[in-house]
Amino acid sequence: MSPVDFSVLAKGDYPQLIAQGLVTMLELALLAWLLAVLVGTVLALVRMTTSRLAQSAVAAWVEYHQNVPMLVQILLWYFGIATLLPPGVQLWINRHAGEFVFATIAVGLAMSAYISEDLRGGIRSIPKSQLEAARALGLTYLQSFRKVVLPQAVRIALPTLVNHTVLLFKNTSLAMAIGVVELTYVTRDIESQSFKTVEVYLFTTVVYLGISLLLMTGGSFLERRLAVPGR
Amino acid sequence: MGDILAILRDFGPLLLIGQYPNGPLGGLAITLLLSVLGIALAFPLGVALALARISPFKWLYWPATAVVYVMRGLPLIMVIFWVYFFLPVLLGRPVSGFTTMLATLVVYQGAYLAEIVRAGIESLPKGQMEAARAVGLSYMQAMRKVILPQALYNMVPSMLSQFVSTIKETSLGYVISVNELTFAANQINSTLLSKPFQVFAILAGIYFILCFCLTQLARHLERRISRRRAGQAAGAPVPVLPIALATTE
Repeated sequence: MSPVDFSVLAKGDYPQLIAQGLVTMLELALLAWLLAVLVGTVLALVRMTTSRLAQSAVAAWVEYHQNVPMLVQILLWYFGIATLLPPGVQLWINRHAGEFVFATIAVGLAMSAYISEDLRGGIRSIPKSQLEAARALGLTYLQSFRKVVLPQAVRIALPTLVNHTVLLFKNTSLAMAIGVVELTYVTRDIESQSFKTVEVYLFTTVVYLGISLLLMTGGSFLERRLAVPGR
Repeated sequence: MGDILAILRDFGPLLLIGQYPNGPLGGLAITLLLSVLGIALAFPLGVALALARISPFKWLYWPATAVVYVMRGLPLIMVIFWVYFFLPVLLGRPVSGFTTMLATLVVYQGAYLAEIVRAGIESLPKGQMEAARAVGLSYMQAMRKVILPQALYNMVPSMLSQFVSTIKETSLGYVISVNELTFAANQINSTLLSKPFQVFAILAGIYFILCFCLTQLARHLERRISRRRAGQAAGAPVPVLPIALATTE
């Protein structure tokens, strides 16, 4: 085998391809994360209400998204659910990078199930008297959640939230299966053009590892900074 | 709904066992075979990595820690690419997609199982090891006869949810054309062309039924084990091990 030579990555249009892959990967991860946190928080709040029906609906949502492979969820959104939309909407989405839109939705909604479970765990560990005290002080139900319960619950749930953020980031790579031109897709593309397998794979491996480790260390730094005193 | 039943009638066998007996085994059978073999072979690797991770020897600790972190930080698909490229070079002969996927799952799950086993060992009271050593057992004997049996028993629910993760991960075999369930569904989709939603809904349904039942079983076992431990400890606080300690997917 020839010695490892990274100069291949600078040849031709590879730098632009790699840059495009990196940007798409980061955009996908960020948008899917925002969607997951938004939907996850709403789900966790709904599950805390007393309505049996709402609770079961959230439970079903969580079980579906946790027990079906993420790749299958992506395929179902892109090939399946997309065809159920009105033709006008389909056309519009396909003109605006349909793969990217559906990958974001699929990854974001799948991870919302995990985020909501993390938050629920955090919320459950806050004594009920806190909510009661907040209500007694005159805060509304939503205010007491936003200002008293959630800030503590998030800190307690932080370790699992960080784990699932790393998981979400890693799972953006599955978007390549429907043709989203993110880093993994670009990697395979360049590898099959240049046959410089070791160099290309090493580069991508280092990028993924670097970002994952950054998220993990950033997470444990936050955990120390935000630890609830006395817990 | 009628469409779904019709697809199940026409393509049910393809989803379950592929073209067998007239062709290679495939579908759900290969998915299950891959996940059972994967987790079974990953288990010894996981225990070995866990022991290395708690060992006082730096030359054992660092390589094992590196393996665990690299696997936890990489998307599974990148590991598949590496194995796909390197395994034939290592073995000096072409390797099937099935073997590639199996080897990938063993390494990946081995790293995740290692963290579960390590947590299991560390959740046992230190006195267990000290007592075992005091009675005259060597470190390895104490590990094998006292620590590991208890730790592994407590870890059964987490192992089971790791098995569920493995089942879900086998779906990535589709990317390298392993003849498993997701691949079979894609074949059916490209035969029919007109019913993509129904085909992929069936696919999701099959995975869901399989994984949901196993997850429920894991929860049931977890409750039983923590009740049993609570009984043993007679009122002492019970460290409840979180299920799916290191969910991979």
